Amino acid sequence: MKKSFQNKVRGAVPFVLLLFSAILITAGVFRGEAQLVLTKAINICMECIGIG
Amino acid sequence: MAKKRKNVRLWFQAAWFALTNGYAKGFLEGKIYKGATKFVCVPGLNCYSCPGALGACPIGSLQAVLDSGKFQFSAYIFGFLMMFGALMGRFVCGWLCPFGLVQDLLHKIPLFKKKKNLPGHRFLKYGKYVVLVLFVIILPMTVIGLTGMGDPWFCKYICPSGTLFGGLPLLAKNPTLRSAIGFLFSWKVALLLLIVFLSIRYYRPFCKYLCPLGAIYGLFNPVSLYRFTIDEDKCVHCKGCQKVCGMDIPVWEKPNSVECIRCGDCKAFCPTGAIHSSLEKIKRNPYGGITESSLDK
Repeated sequence: MKKSFQNKVRGAVPFVLLLFSAILITAGVFRGEAQLVLTKAINICMECIGIG
Repeated sequence: MAKKRKNVRLWFQAAWFALTNGYAKGFLEGKIYKGATKFVCVPGLNCYSCPGALGACPIGSLQAVLDSGKFQFSAYIFGFLMMFGALMGRFVCGWLCPFGLVQDLLHKIPLFKKKKNLPGHRFLKYGKYVVLVLFVIILPMTVIGLTGMGDPWFCKYICPSGTLFGGLPLLAKNPTLRSAIGFLFSWKVALLLLIVFLSIRYYRPFCKYLCPLGAIYGLFNPVSLYRFTIDEDKCVHCKGCQKVCGMDIPVWEKPNSVECIRCGDCKAFCPTGAIHSSLEKIKRNPYGGITESSLDK
């Protein structure tokens, strides 16, 4: 009985995390982080390619 | 059988690389893709300055947000990392990471006697957590320049994926960028060559000891949707799973170890078929074990 309950809780963890991740992504978009990421990603990152 | 399955994984990795780095024009002209899809993070360590990249690297993006001076925490990037982690854990490393593919191919070169781990593996395996905390989070947030922004320390001083997929193709096509090469580029190429050399002899040294993305996804392995389970009734404790595991994990003891990249070699090898993935469990019991007859009762 106890093990079955533990299994149910364990099975629910990824779904809770997925829900939380969706909330975080949405919050990030509204905070302007997505735009910041896009701006960084569409310009050559000099540090990434080793020019500095 | 195991070899055929290994090839399936290699082809899958190559197809994923082609799909997420499909901007062929970028490679031909030495430019990067500037479309709107780049606000979405891809799961693997895929430099957004790779000429073909259609998405953003989660580690590069995390540093970009943290070193911008505008945010103390990145909800957006942690959201993506949590989503990929909750779905797959380090399956990303084994199947969806371009630099993982490079290391897998290098390890196939028939040079040197193959070994799984570097000497000092027991301690070195914690290196990736140091890299994550220090180079991806603390240094970009705290070492601030005159502009009020920090540097992406991991990308700048460590990331071999950026050098290989971003730096080399862009510099090959762009004389202006070539003229700006200095000590930093030499350092990054030297580090890349060291990792290339080590990957021929040792299995995935970058993933084992340095990759901050693997460090994050590994934490999700025990709770992700895609998990392994051991059928205790079938397991004969032959330890064959550990022998075939490139990451050297005692799968029979720790099927959801933080080091497991879900390559599936253990599953394919297991003589008694005692290792199952959660995906197979769903296939076997599509409705959680509820059958028509049980409903009738």
